[in-house]
Amino acid sequence: MAYLDHAATTPMLDEALESYVATAREVGNASSLHASGRRARRRVEESRERVAAALGARPSEVIFTGGGTESDNLAVKGIFWARRAADTGRRRVISSAVEHHAVLDAVGWLDRHEGAEVGWLPVDGAGRLHPDALRTELAEHGDQAALVTAMWANNEVGTVQRISELAAVAAEYGVPFHTDAIQAVGQVPVDFAASGVAALTVTGHKLGGPVGVGALLLGRDVPAVPLLHGGGQERDVRSGTLDAAGIVAFAVAVETTVKGQQEYAAGLAALRDDLVRRVRQAVPEVVFNGDPTDRLPGNAHFSFPGCEGDALLLLLDAQGIACSTGSACSAGVAQPSHVLLAMGADDDRARSSLRFSLGHTSTTADVDALIAALPGAVERARRAAAPRTPR
Amino acid sequence: MRVLAAMSGGVDSAVAAARAVQAGHDVTGVHLALARNPQTYRTGARGCCTLEDSRDARRAADVLGIPFYVWDMADRFHADVVDDFVAEYAAGRTPNPCLRCNEKIKFAAVLDRAVALGFDAVVTGHHARLGPDGLLRRSVDAAKDQSYVLAVLTREQLDRSIFPLGDSTKAQVRQEAAERGLAVADKPDSHDICFIADGDTRGFLAQRLGETPGDVVDASTGAVVGQHAGAYAYTVGQRRGLHLDRPAPDGRPRYVLSITPKTNTVTVGPAEALEVATVRATRPVWTGGPRPDGPFECEVQLRAHGVVVPATVTVAGDTLHADLRHPVRGVAAGQAIVAYHPDPAGDIVLASATITD
Ligand SMILES: Cc1ncc(COP(=O)(O)O)c(C=O)c1O
Repeated sequence: MAYLDHAATTPMLDEALESYVATAREVGNASSLHASGRRARRRVEESRERVAAALGARPSEVIFTGGGTESDNLAVKGIFWARRAADTGRRRVISSAVEHHAVLDAVGWLDRHEGAEVGWLPVDGAGRLHPDALRTELAEHGDQAALVTAMWANNEVGTVQRISELAAVAAEYGVPFHTDAIQAVGQVPVDFAASGVAALTVTGHKLGGPVGVGALLLGRDVPAVPLLHGGGQERDVRSGTLDAAGIVAFAVAVETTVKGQQEYAAGLAALRDDLVRRVRQAVPEVVFNGDPTDRLPGNAHFSFPGCEGDALLLLLDAQGIACSTGSACSAGVAQPSHVLLAMGADDDRARSSLRFSLGHTSTTADVDALIAALPGAVERARRAAAPRTPR
Repeated sequence: MRVLAAMSGGVDSAVAAARAVQAGHDVTGVHLALARNPQTYRTGARGCCTLEDSRDARRAADVLGIPFYVWDMADRFHADVVDDFVAEYAAGRTPNPCLRCNEKIKFAAVLDRAVALGFDAVVTGHHARLGPDGLLRRSVDAAKDQSYVLAVLTREQLDRSIFPLGDSTKAQVRQEAAERGLAVADKPDSHDICFIADGDTRGFLAQRLGETPGDVVDASTGAVVGQHAGAYAYTVGQRRGLHLDRPAPDGRPRYVLSITPKTNTVTVGPAEALEVATVRATRPVWTGGPRPDGPFECEVQLRAHGVVVPATVTVAGDTLHADLRHPVRGVAAGQAIVAYHPDPAGDIVLASATITD
């Protein structure tokens, strides 16, 4: 079995798993006043410090959440609500056309139910956002802007944005900037303070931690209305008993991957480049998507002309190769990727794409397996897509 | 064999897939997404088309440990089944959408794609027998038999089809599902037309075809006895909902005898006027053997779950002519006539054709 879908989720690191199990054996609610509670609280607070240190934030800026989707929703809705409450004229959300659905749909919901206006920033053919486009948008709508949200690195095509440049433009207009850095942390350098963003989303299961734990790094001066009301944990922005075991394991994973990021990224990029070269050799007509240089080291994304990504996925799956069409599912029905469409691809090209994403357990053998299966799968998929004579 | 199991989310297709696995096939499950907007099609009882059905199908596939995918056939389904359904009614005929779906989607678009992707056959949960002799026969469960809506399949289509349920009754299938731990064991049977969410066929057609008021004419007197809002809303044999202005002179109930789109009239008459002793049909498909040269004796069925009558069938060119041993009521153009050869091991499908008059 060749697992080439690390961008969907990656195996837990041993050290994260061990720390999870060890902490999960201990009883204690971090809000309790007795010894068990104190022990749990200590684990959580130590983890907060580790996450903060690894990502260039202050501990008080780390809000633990139930994962990336929650962090994105908290940032987008929470900051929108807080900014609108302070100034009813601020109801514009500025976002990019290539966001993950956790941001895209939160923005869409504000548009439909909360009277938000949305300014969608375009991307170029490589999926890049341009600071000038943001500047133009803010020059026109700066005094109505509630927030800007743009991802650090794209989960489908792997394009890495120049986030600090974008954040600097937002700062000129005094508009808080949120970034979904889920795919970026551990693969490229991410420093919260240095980037100048107001809020940053990170999740555990993309970097060797558990599923269902993540954080929103939220600047002290950035107001956010909570999504979850209750016991007042996490600065009153996110209530709920803290998941000490999950948080500990998450912190271990963040610390470990960030510490080893540079060396890890170099190795991963080398393997990825090998994969890209060999895929091109095996299927010369492939189209490589995304930015050739500013991209995640573990991401390779292709369109296979004349094929449906769905069919390729099925055929590769049957050969033990796991990859992704990267497209959103509604009722399990593949829609053409909004990311590729935003990059200017037509429907056919968008539907013909596959993402191969590498991670910490990837080896050359995985690439070998892919290359062995791919040409046959492409030929089959092409036949399946060819129009047939009507009966 | 590498086989593709079409899984609707109902109990039949789940057990069919399970039996294919047990028979040693390499099985992949596929759910067909047929609705353009999955929420709009019937929810609950109906065995296809809804999000819930898709999840039920996936759950069954997971229990069986087979790969599972959703194939988007919504456009094809719309063009070949839904639009065809509307056009047939508009032309004064009474279509059978399940038959059309088998002919154009399940055993055509899906089968073609499956073959192109390297599968050898498609497995479905239809209640019909298809043995090593290649003959299509009625299910052992006469009440659930679906050979009528499968008879339209050609030899090539049947050669790549597997119906594992034909030797079982529905009760046995349900029991087996429960024994195998398939949660769909108690799911209600599907009825009605899956793409008409509320079961209101008339409303569905009215929305698409608009109101086209016309006369309801009594066949015996030629008098206009009522008005209709669209002739497409009527089916031959229908008695309810005629909204006649006055009772017929003979005081007896009136039935729809025919629909004439050209003049937009619905003709009604007494029950015995519905009786038909000869049926003509077009575009026959022969699956029970070579196309016969001369007239032959058989049994014919003229609608899904309809009565079966002995008949003498003659073929001429692209038309088929059936002389029924005794007259039957409510024969509608657009439905299929299916000819069977009675057989103790399950009546054998000889041919299927579309009734013209
Ligand atoms: C860019 C991005 N944002 C958000 C998410 C959602 O995160 P989670 O699965 O932790 O809810 C993902 C991954 O699924 C992602 O890749």
